[in-house]
Amino acid sequence: MKIGVPSETHPGEQRVAITPDVAGQLRKLGFSVAIESGAGASASFGDDAYAEAGVELLDDRAELFSGSDIILKVRAPNDEELGLFRSGQVLISFLWPAQNPELLERLAQAGVTALAMDSIPRITRAQKLDALSSMANIAGYRAVVEAAQHFGRFFTGQITAAGRVPPAKVLVIGAGVAGLAAIGVARSMGAIVRAFDTRPEVKEQVESMDGEFLMLEFEEEGSGEGGYAKVMSEEFIKAEMALFAEQAKDVDIIITTALIPGRPAPELITEEMVASMKPGSVVVDLAAEQGGNCEVTEADRIIHRHGVTVIGYTDLPSRLAAQSSQLYGTNLRHLLDDMCPESDGRLTVDMEDDVVRGATVVKDGEITWPPPKIADPSPPPAQAEAAEAPPVPEKPKRSFLGPLLTFGLGGLALLGLGAVAPPSFMAHFTVFVLACFVGYMVIWNVTPALHTPLMSVTNAISSIIIIGALIQISSPLNWIAWVAGITVFITSINIAGGFAVTRRMLDMFRK
Amino acid sequence: MPEGIVTVAYIAATILFILALGGLSHPETARRGNLYGIIGMSIAMLATIFGVVTANYVMLIVGLIAGGIIGLILARRVQMTQMPELVAILHSLVGLAAVLVGFVNFLDPEVHYTGVELTIHDVETYLGILIGAVTFSGSVIAFGKLSGKIGGAPLTLPARHWLNLALLLIAIWYGYQFVVQSAGGGNPVAGLPPGLVPLLVMTAVALLFGIHMVMAIGGADMPVVVSMLNSYSGWAAAATGFMLSNDLLIVTGALVGSSGAILSYIMCRAMNRRFLAVIAGGFGTAGSAAVGTAGDQGEVVPVNAMEAANLLVGSKEIMIVPGYGMAVAQAQHIVCEITKILRDKGINVRFGIHPVAGRMPGHMNVLLAEARVPYDIVFEMDEINEEFPDIDVSIVIGANDIVNPSAQEEPESPIAGMPVLEVWKGRTTIVLKRSMATGYAGVQNPLFFKENTRMLFGDARESLDEVLKEI
Repeated sequence: MKIGVPSETHPGEQRVAITPDVAGQLRKLGFSVAIESGAGASASFGDDAYAEAGVELLDDRAELFSGSDIILKVRAPNDEELGLFRSGQVLISFLWPAQNPELLERLAQAGVTALAMDSIPRITRAQKLDALSSMANIAGYRAVVEAAQHFGRFFTGQITAAGRVPPAKVLVIGAGVAGLAAIGVARSMGAIVRAFDTRPEVKEQVESMDGEFLMLEFEEEGSGEGGYAKVMSEEFIKAEMALFAEQAKDVDIIITTALIPGRPAPELITEEMVASMKPGSVVVDLAAEQGGNCEVTEADRIIHRHGVTVIGYTDLPSRLAAQSSQLYGTNLRHLLDDMCPESDGRLTVDMEDDVVRGATVVKDGEITWPPPKIADPSPPPAQAEAAEAPPVPEKPKRSFLGPLLTFGLGGLALLGLGAVAPPSFMAHFTVFVLACFVGYMVIWNVTPALHTPLMSVTNAISSIIIIGALIQISSPLNWIAWVAGITVFITSINIAGGFAVTRRMLDMFRK
Repeated sequence: MPEGIVTVAYIAATILFILALGGLSHPETARRGNLYGIIGMSIAMLATIFGVVTANYVMLIVGLIAGGIIGLILARRVQMTQMPELVAILHSLVGLAAVLVGFVNFLDPEVHYTGVELTIHDVETYLGILIGAVTFSGSVIAFGKLSGKIGGAPLTLPARHWLNLALLLIAIWYGYQFVVQSAGGGNPVAGLPPGLVPLLVMTAVALLFGIHMVMAIGGADMPVVVSMLNSYSGWAAAATGFMLSNDLLIVTGALVGSSGAILSYIMCRAMNRRFLAVIAGGFGTAGSAAVGTAGDQGEVVPVNAMEAANLLVGSKEIMIVPGYGMAVAQAQHIVCEITKILRDKGINVRFGIHPVAGRMPGHMNVLLAEARVPYDIVFEMDEINEEFPDIDVSIVIGANDIVNPSAQEEPESPIAGMPVLEVWKGRTTIVLKRSMATGYAGVQNPLFFKENTRMLFGDARESLDEVLKEI
């Protein structure tokens, strides 16, 4: 089947659905690939690179649409593009079905099958297809870069000849994929990073990124379905706002990423808080598209108010076009890989497959959104806790009876032995018991690294049994001498072999 | 030579042997320890040769030299991956020697005892031969299994526990017969020395028992078997010492015996299994059929050599966890080379060794030492397990059960409670593996399905070769 990749038409969009690398991999799956000339230019992928990867370059968009069986895009198609679709085609792109019901209608009318990359269920198996996470990661990274751009100071603390520079303090609200990425980048630039999230289970993730997790003295669980956050109670929000108000006075940079699926973004940073921030501070609002977490935010604009810069870009992934095209393209490739199990270039839309079912919003001209719920959200918090604190297997209770019995019987047996055995035996027995204890003490000191040499050297010295054969070899009886001779022979193999191989091994242990 | 001097020489030898074992507490002192062992053995032998031997010098010298040469050749030729086999076959020689010395001592007309001393001496002889025979046949089978001449899978005969019990009862019954006949009672077979028949029957039973015992154990339980046989060879020497009233043999035997016993104990603890359960053979036969979370656990993420190389180069802390698969693929040299290059780049590469990795205690350490990996970057599980959260990339080479998180997370798992290397706590884990097959315990490994695990399929050596090229 033929894959067609048109240029993105949305104003300012710089990404492209596939990179030359991804195109090569798709060709390996048996697909043929065509791309509109210049589609990758703004993401720094030239036409030559595509041509080299075996991609057909087409100048005419209509021709591209009519000649392809599968259309790959980043943004949802616009009116012009919708007109170019034909029945039976497959479209894969971001579609946001909940926000765009008319778009689904039009796609259904056109008779296409549409898969929304934003509707891929969040289950473990689908992680490599999760374009939302890929983009969120990039947005988080870029958010810090934007903040640094507008922040007139260092992130890292320094002590210079000209004086001490304190490190910047960054507050990240919402520790999802984007939030965590932002924490990581800000940390690696040297800032002090604090993070807040309504879901207590992300505390560990924040700390793993070296961030400081701000706790709220409040009992409420904020984990919703599919690992996203949910709406919290009024008291909680009050406590939360108090925390933010207090933090705003202290920190230099606030990055907000708080989103609740299917709702406008919660307003967390009031204008009052912005005003309380130090002059020169920066707020980056990643929720600008859904109305913003900050009262001051305006989508796609930079606002200067009260000496604070509030950044409301909604196209942060597009501002890192080469990187986001590569990750998005790889997500697409994994999806196509899953939908083309035979690697024969034929796409099958298998509605039994949870992932494909979740992503498919229009199937052969029929709207199939929303999908039925699947019973596998991301791991429930209970399990996460279990992983953290593995249940200590309860040791079977031991009564004193067991050891007492053992020692008692052992003691009795020894007493019995002492009563009947002659003194000569008891002397040897004393030596034996003492030697066992010496052995016990000495061996526990042996480093585990040398256990193999230990075995070979004990092997060699256990051949001390050769003494027995030496005592016997002088017997006047011929057969005894012979058997003893054989014993001497085999034990000396052991002695020489054991010591020599130990030596050889020990010589290898070098610093 | 007066007897007193011989005794003094024996005391010297005893002390030197203890020093030899004590020296193994550190690689630096271990070489000197080995030398002490050689000196001790030489003193003991020379004292015996000059003090006790009165005839048949030619046979003695020929036996010594021929055996010595064969031993040296074996020691020189053996591959480090074959060490478990060599150790096993050498154990069998000790067992055989104990049997031979025991029989000769029994049949030697010059040995006379009466009364209680005779009974005790008979019991000592009987035990010496019994342990020697079990050691001999068990070690031969262990050698066969380790060298691949016999299939490694455990042979589980029906009612094998009853079979073992029957063999034990037979051995006890004939022991009683032997003592009675030797003291002049019972009904010895006409024409043969009294007690010989029970002794021979017991030897056969002991040989059978040794074979059956080791046949029932396989795979990853082999470290326990090898160290157990090590222990037996010591007890055989000690029993022979009792029989000959020779304190040197008793002490040395006891040292070796307790050494092997401690090693067995360490191995069992590292697998969280009871010694008896290991010796009884088979795995998971105690009804724990529920194999963890069976079925679909999610998806594994394969990587190729280039991506793996990129991961390695981009990290600061690397932990390599080798297992038996590294020995099979002979990958230790290439591992060392990769280690060297990465360390030159300033990356902290270390090794984490599980006590039961490989087929004998300390097997991995020897292999890494052979490949010239410096021993101060090779760490034991207990030393290193807490550091995994700081590790960027862990590389698991041919290991499975020893890195299985279900040992900690699933109380129903057959390997629950076994101490494992917590590689999954690191940032990324690369697992080198030939296929998705389960390890020895037959338990699926959830590690492979973790989000931060990458699988590099293929022969360990070839994969690492490619990784090396990419680096």
